[in-house]
Parts: sequence; C-alpha cells; structure tokens
Amino acid sequence: MDFLRPSTWEEALAAKAAHPEAVPIAGGTDVMVELNFDRRRPPALLDLTRVAALTEWGGDGDLLRVGAGVPYRRIIEELGGRLPGLAMAARTVGSPQIRNRGTVGGNLGSASPAGDAHPPLLAAGAEIELASVRGVRRVPVDEFFTGPKRSVLAPDELIAAFWMRPARTGDQFAKIGTRNAMVIAVCSFALTLDRERRTVGTGIGSAAPTPVRAPAAEAFLAASLDWDSPGAVPPAVAAEFGRLVAAAAAPIDDVRGTAAYRRHALSVLARRTLTWAWEGSR
Amino acid sequence: MTTVDVSVLDGVGTSPRRPDGTLKVRGEFAFSSDLWHEDMLWGATLRSPYPHAEIRGIDLTAALALPGVYAILTYQDVPGAKRYGLEIADQPVLAMDEVRYQGEPVAIVAADHPETARRAAGHIAVDYLELPPVTDPEEGDLLRRVPVRTGDPHPTADVVVTGEYQVGMQDQAFLGPESGLAVPAEDGGVDLYVATQWLHVDRKQVAACLGLPEEKVRLSLAGVGGAFGAREDLSMQVHASLLALHTRKPVKMVYGREESFYGHVHRHPATLRYEHGATRDGDLVYVRARIVLDGGAYASSSTAVAANAATLGIGPYEVPNVDMVADVYYTNNPPCGAMRGFGAVQACFGYESQMDKLAAALGMSPVELRIRNALTTGSRMPTGQVVEGPAPVASLLARVRSRPAPPPSTPDLRELPGGVSNTTHGEGVVRGVGYAIGIKNVGFSEGFDDYSTARVRLELVGGEPAALVHTAAAEVGQGLVTVQAQIARTELGVERVTVATADTSVGSAGSSSASRQTYVTGGAVRAACQAVRATLLSRVAGATDVVGGKLVNAAGVVVADLAEAIGDEPVEETVEWRHRPTYPIDPKTGQGDAHVQYAFAAHRATVDVDVELGLVKVVEIATAQDVGKAVNPLAVVGQIHGGTAQGLGLALMEEIQIVDGVVRNPSFTDYLIPTILDMPPMSVDVLELADPHSPYGLRGVGEPPTISSTPAIVAAVRAATGKALARVPIRPEHITT
Repeated sequence: MDFLRPSTWEEALAAKAAHPEAVPIAGGTDVMVELNFDRRRPPALLDLTRVAALTEWGGDGDLLRVGAGVPYRRIIEELGGRLPGLAMAARTVGSPQIRNRGTVGGNLGSASPAGDAHPPLLAAGAEIELASVRGVRRVPVDEFFTGPKRSVLAPDELIAAFWMRPARTGDQFAKIGTRNAMVIAVCSFALTLDRERRTVGTGIGSAAPTPVRAPAAEAFLAASLDWDSPGAVPPAVAAEFGRLVAAAAAPIDDVRGTAAYRRHALSVLARRTLTWAWEGSR
Repeated sequence: MTTVDVSVLDGVGTSPRRPDGTLKVRGEFAFSSDLWHEDMLWGATLRSPYPHAEIRGIDLTAALALPGVYAILTYQDVPGAKRYGLEIADQPVLAMDEVRYQGEPVAIVAADHPETARRAAGHIAVDYLELPPVTDPEEGDLLRRVPVRTGDPHPTADVVVTGEYQVGMQDQAFLGPESGLAVPAEDGGVDLYVATQWLHVDRKQVAACLGLPEEKVRLSLAGVGGAFGAREDLSMQVHASLLALHTRKPVKMVYGREESFYGHVHRHPATLRYEHGATRDGDLVYVRARIVLDGGAYASSSTAVAANAATLGIGPYEVPNVDMVADVYYTNNPPCGAMRGFGAVQACFGYESQMDKLAAALGMSPVELRIRNALTTGSRMPTGQVVEGPAPVASLLARVRSRPAPPPSTPDLRELPGGVSNTTHGEGVVRGVGYAIGIKNVGFSEGFDDYSTARVRLELVGGEPAALVHTAAAEVGQGLVTVQAQIARTELGVERVTVATADTSVGSAGSSSASRQTYVTGGAVRAACQAVRATLLSRVAGATDVVGGKLVNAAGVVVADLAEAIGDEPVEETVEWRHRPTYPIDPKTGQGDAHVQYAFAAHRATVDVDVELGLVKVVEIATAQDVGKAVNPLAVVGQIHGGTAQGLGLALMEEIQIVDGVVRNPSFTDYLIPTILDMPPMSVDVLELADPHSPYGLRGVGEPPTISSTPAIVAAVRAATGKALARVPIRPEHITT
C-alpha cells in the first residue's frame, strides 16, 4: 500500500488526480477501522494531515468556511457559539480521543448514514466545497449523499471545507444510542429554527439509506409557527411536526434497533428539540 | 524479653500496590499479544463462514503458492487426538467432515508476516455443502439434564405466579484478544507462552492433541488481558503448537477483535420458566422451574453450567417443595461455556423476577418477601445440602435497603438518560428502584478433585530473608499475584516476597474461575508457608512459632532471628492443598452436597428511565456482599465494581445477536459494554463474616456481584416503566412498545 503525504493543498489535489484510487485519510477514525477489520484494501492512502489549510476556519460575510480537517474537539471549543447544533453533534462523537482526531471532512468522506455531523449540516443548509485539479465546486449538503457510504465526490476530488451560516437562533441536535456515550446513532435528529428568516431546517441520521431532511415537516412547521409570538409551541403543532419527521425517515431493522423504534424515537426527538430550539431562539 | 510486632507490612488484610498496576495504566504492560521471538512466524486461522456445513474438500494449492507461507495444516495434520474439550472431548482441533458453528477453525497457516498468513488463509478453497442449522435449543440434542427435586411433588399454594424469562448471549468482552507464542523445543516438545486461566488443563489437552507426553508440553503464563471464563477453553494453543512443531520455528498467533468473538465461548442464552407458590402471608411453598440453556456446537463446560443453574436455581431462599429441571442442548450456535456467574446469572434473573412478581401479587414489599424467605445458617438447599457458616441473606438485603436514596439528578446531561446525546432535558424521565440478591457456589463442585499446588522457598538474599512463591495460578487481572505475596508475608513474617511467573514446572493450581483462586491457591500458599515454618522451627531448639520475622518459644521469647534459622540452607516446601470434598448429585433427584461454599451479594439499583425513548441511566447502585475476610480490601471492592458493571451490561446492552446461527455484531462498535458514563457511583458494603472452613475465613468474591446486579437493574426499570421486561438485555423498544 502506498502512503502519499502531500504537504500543500495543491500537492494533495495533484496526488488525488494522479492516484484517484487513493483513499484520503485525516483523523483515521473511520479509515483505520476499515483497514484493521480488513474490510478495505486500498492501493494507496492519501494522508491529509500535513495540509495546514484544511485545519483552518474563517468567515466570509454571512457564511463560515470550516476546513474539512478541523477536528471535532475544535468544533466544540472554537465554534460552539457559532455552530451550536454541529457542536452538540460533535460532542456525541466517540470518545475524547476520537474527537481529537476525527473531522467533519472525514465524516462526509465516509458518507455513512449514521455520520453524526450530517444532520446538523442538513438542518443548516450547509454547502460542501469539493476541489480537484479541475477546479472547485460547492454542493448543497442535501445533494451530497447519493447512497449508503456514497456521495457525489468524484474520484479525483477532495473535500476542502463546508460552508455554513452561523446560527443566530435555535439549533438543536439529539441522538439515540443504546449506551450513554461512545455509541453509533440508532437514529439522530438536528433542527435549526431561524426566527429572522422564519425558516426551519431538519436533518435525520441513521434512519434512511442516506442522511435526509424532512422537507414536509420543515414546510409545515415554518407555516404553523407563530414566529412573532413569545409563547410556547402548541402541542398539536409539535406532535404533527414529530409525525412528519418520522414519516420522512425510511429506516430498517438492524442490530442497533428496529425500524418502528427509529420512527417513534424520531417523532419524540423532533417534538423535544422543537421545544428546546424555540425556547433557545427567543 | 523482646516484644514482637506481629503486624507485617503489606500482609493479609492490607491493600499493597499491585505490581502490574502502573504498567497497565501507562500502557507498558506486556500482554500475550506483545510476545516476540527472533525468526518467528505468524499464524492465522481459516474459519467456517457457515453455522452448519459439510466439508467436501479443501484445496490448499493457491494458498501454498503464496511466497512467505511456511505451512498450512488441516485436521489430517493433527498427530494426536483430533478432538478436545474441558469435560467432553467433542470439539475438533480443526474441522473434519463438518463444521458446526460459524467461525469454527478449518485450517491454520504459518507465514513470515501476519498479513501473508491472513491472505493465504483467504486463498484456501473449501468446498462446503451448507446444511440447515439447528438454532433453537429445544430442537437440538440434549447434552445434560439436571433435575433437582425435593418435597411434595404436587404442592398447592394460596398465591401462584408464573413467568417466562429470557437471557441473551453475553460475551466476556475481555480486551486482550486470544494470543500466544509456541516455540519448538530441542526435545521434540513445545514451549507455549499463552494467556489462559488454567495452564495445566491447557497442557493436558494440548499434549493429547499433539500426541506428546505432558512433560514435553511446557506452558508459561503470558500477560492476560482479562478472562471472565473465556480463556477456560483452548483457542490458539494447539494451533500455534502444531505450526511450531511442523515448521520448527516459533509461531505467534494473535486473534483480531472480530475473530476473538468467534475464538471463545460465550454465556449461555437461556429460557427460564418459573412457577412460584406462596401462602397469603408470603411464605414460599413451592417452586417449579424449567431452564433451557443453549450450549451451542460443542460441550465446553456446559454440563457444569447446567448443574449450577439447577442447584442454585431457586435462589437463596428456603423452599420446602422444589421441582427444577435445567437442560442444556447442542445447537449450531456459537459454543457457550464459562462466564463469570456460570449458570447462576441466568437463574437469578428468573427467580428474582419471580420474587418481584410474587411480592406484587401479595401486596408485599419485594425486600420484605425476600427477607421472609431468606436462607440462613442451617437452612437446607433444594439439593439437601445444609448451608454451613454465615449466610447473611436477610442482612445483606436490609443493608442495601437502608442506604440513603441518591439525590434527584441535576440538569447536567451526563446525569440524564442518553447522556450528552441530548435526548432529554428531563422530559419523560421517571425514577425507579429495584432490589435483587443472588447465590453462587465457590470452587469446583460435584465431587471434582479441586486443588492447588504451591511451592514456597525461603532463603537469604543479601543477608535478608526473602520468600519466593511459585504456583501455576493464572493472574488474569484479579490481583492474585498480589494476594499470594500478601499471604506469604503474613505467614512467614518476611517483607521481601517474589511471586514467580506461573508455569507448568510446578503442579496444577486449578482454574482462575469459580471465584476460587484466593481460596484454593491462597490456601495452598498458606499451607506451603506453614510447611516452611515447621521446617524452620525444627532447626531451632525450643522454637514454637514464627512471629513478626522472629522465632519465639512457647513463652513468646525470641530465640532466633529468621535469618539465623535460615542460614546457608534455604527452606523449600511444595504443598498440594484441597478444600473440603464435594459430592456428585443424584442424577434423578439432584440430591447431594455438591458445593463447598456459598457466596451472596445483594444489590439495590436506582435508575432514571426516559419512558418515551426507552433509554436508561443507572443513577446509583448500592451493594452488600459477605467476603468472609477481605484479604486485599481494595481488590475486593474492585471486583465488586467490575462484577456489577458486567451485570449492568447484561441488563441494558450486552448481547451477541445471532440470526440463523450467524453472529451479527462481532465488534465493539455493535457489541456494547458499559462506559464510565453508564456506570453509576456505587456504595459498597463489605461484610467479613468468617467461614470456619476456609483460609482466613475468606469467601470467593469475583462472581456474586455479577449475578444480582442484572435483576436489580431490571427491577428498577420495571418500577419506572410498569413494563414486564422479561428479557435481558432490555432494548429501548421493549420499553416504548
């Protein structure tokens, strides 16, 4: 197995163009597990840890650009105030050691339906910046995932960053696991309520072949919330929102849980996160 | 007259620092997977992908053609016995005409690199004809039936409750995978360095399969990364030895994590059907029980597990009329065998669930009902065996009940069900409290010749008395090395004690299982020290005792220093030590004094359950356990914490999921064990009520905490949810639907 170690982004893109079969590795928290369990034998690894640009984040007007190599720990510590939903999700990833190493870019690259970072990116309408020697493109995250562990990433492309609007209002993320830490999601849900724009964003994890939004639930809620009111969300609205979120999922029975439980739990999480996000956004 | 200080630094009853502790915390401890030898080869195992298949042919051509491959062996290359087993030699070293479980070894490879070995294994072409697997134990062949019957066969009672309960397949989940190193010896034998629980029973089986006399198979204990029963059976021992003898090179084998799930036995899944009858006042009148255990493809220790389930299966209660049958069956599921609690765990979930159900039917408190029926000294077990020595069942229950209740949880997410996954801020959270008590036999039962051997040498090193303790007892992380040294210090009055590496150059110590090593090997070390003392005393006229490192006469006057008595002649004694004999049980009635000692622990669990999502946070566990004598108090509490955590795992998350004989979650990604955020603070109440028959009055400690923590937690979740919850582990959907 070849081990390619570019030290600049340009070199990385050139290496990926020359070795499209090379698997990019950042924190290694997914890739190394695959290798160690002998599930994957790529001819080459493309180590991105020396590309400093990937670990930077900064603002561009209304949007934040976060490098694909920023680890979860830094998302929590440095971006918790700006991207609270993503930070909540980051806090549920693995153990402290994993959060020191693992990155959102790696999560996107794996494109697992259970990736913890995906629901908050979906809820916030993030865009993923993909780059190759051919150029740069930005893909809305809800168009990024094409199937279980599949995405629109071309063989010569690398994930450079994601773009996301800082949350001025209520962001929430909640994840079901069968233990209280270090667990892969049975299902998860992210919600963004933007009072200024009067928009609702959702993201569902581990309950469909890819992470998905719940568009009908978003539309219903945006239309049903009394955005000018300081009062609580009417229970009937919360219940219907929960029902629509559950309906947007397409879960299966597997070792982690049943489809019926996932739908049920999503409806509960949707109701609860709505209450918290609405409170938090006031 | 010289006064003598009888207290010895770091002796029995103290908690000296264990020699492996700092190394393990720093990641510097050498485990069996760290073994290394110049010029060694790496072994790999080809395993059956099917739970049941006929092998019609094996083609090694492509695999042998790989550069770096030194040997590929199949059953035809096994020179001695083709099968082995702890109690029944029914498990093939390598599959012959048939595979009976998914993961059964079919061929083994030695190569100059582990990757090459694994790759070669992948190139072996096995022609399988898949056969339908038997996966329901009640459709399998009966391996052993253990009835226990006493009293009126047709009793009646005022109040009757029935229940059917299920226990899923738990894994020992040790962190150090099966591993070892086999080195061919010049005498045609083999030196095997391995992580195991019982060197001599390994040696006996390995020698038989290699066709060698036992003295040509020499085992040394390598660093053990946890055991919990999973290292009682052989794993890679014969395979590595075969490859080493065949290639004339050292061969190392280390299982990967996924392979490890196929490489050892698991806890028997069980279906338990109970009927309890009681008077209106709450006196138990009868218990009828049928326990069905899934033994999997091979016998392992299933027959003894079934005996435990049967003989301990009504719990620590006085019941005049008992009709119990425990059956264990062969299936094509993974083989099941020893795991901490050994049959008593499954039964306890059944009888304690029943006690709660009976209490509800009677309108009594669950603790009152238990105390009312509690065993005590002089009580008769359903086997007819009289309980001797302290049996503080009622007192243990009363103690955990009287502990202050834990405070309500704060809004800190880490204290709520779901933890930082942020699933509740208090919504849906209901608190529940549950109790349970369990009973376990200590040591090997049913007439087994259960002994240990200790060799103790006392000599002068640099002019100072120093003792060398040598046994074959396996330190599996429980702290046995420390305990052996403590006993030698106390018995000999010397502070400098070295415990030699366990190996087969000394006699058998028996297994590090059944909560027995401090009792039996501790007993052997004490007896060997006493023999050393006797020899010393015979050297000095008038000396009658060794106290605080001095030889004293009958008046307590010092007559010699230890150093003077030892002089140029080291004293060495080897002693084989046995606990009191046990006896077989009658095959039809189960009557007999099968067990040497009973041990008891009680748990109170307090849980917060998110009843809408089915998520559980165990808030606190209070436990009380009688240990007779805490030889090492810190290690005792460590065992109680660890055992309780393992029981928590069974209650809430740990299960090897099997569908049609195929394991669906062979990894720590999906076989979940409790983390520190799942394990609550514990209050541990250690009683020291001396057993008159055991060394220092001690009682085995390791297993009881695992037995009653599971039903206590389930009872607490039932109290919070009102759900019947007849199966462990509880899954969220059991609570929400």
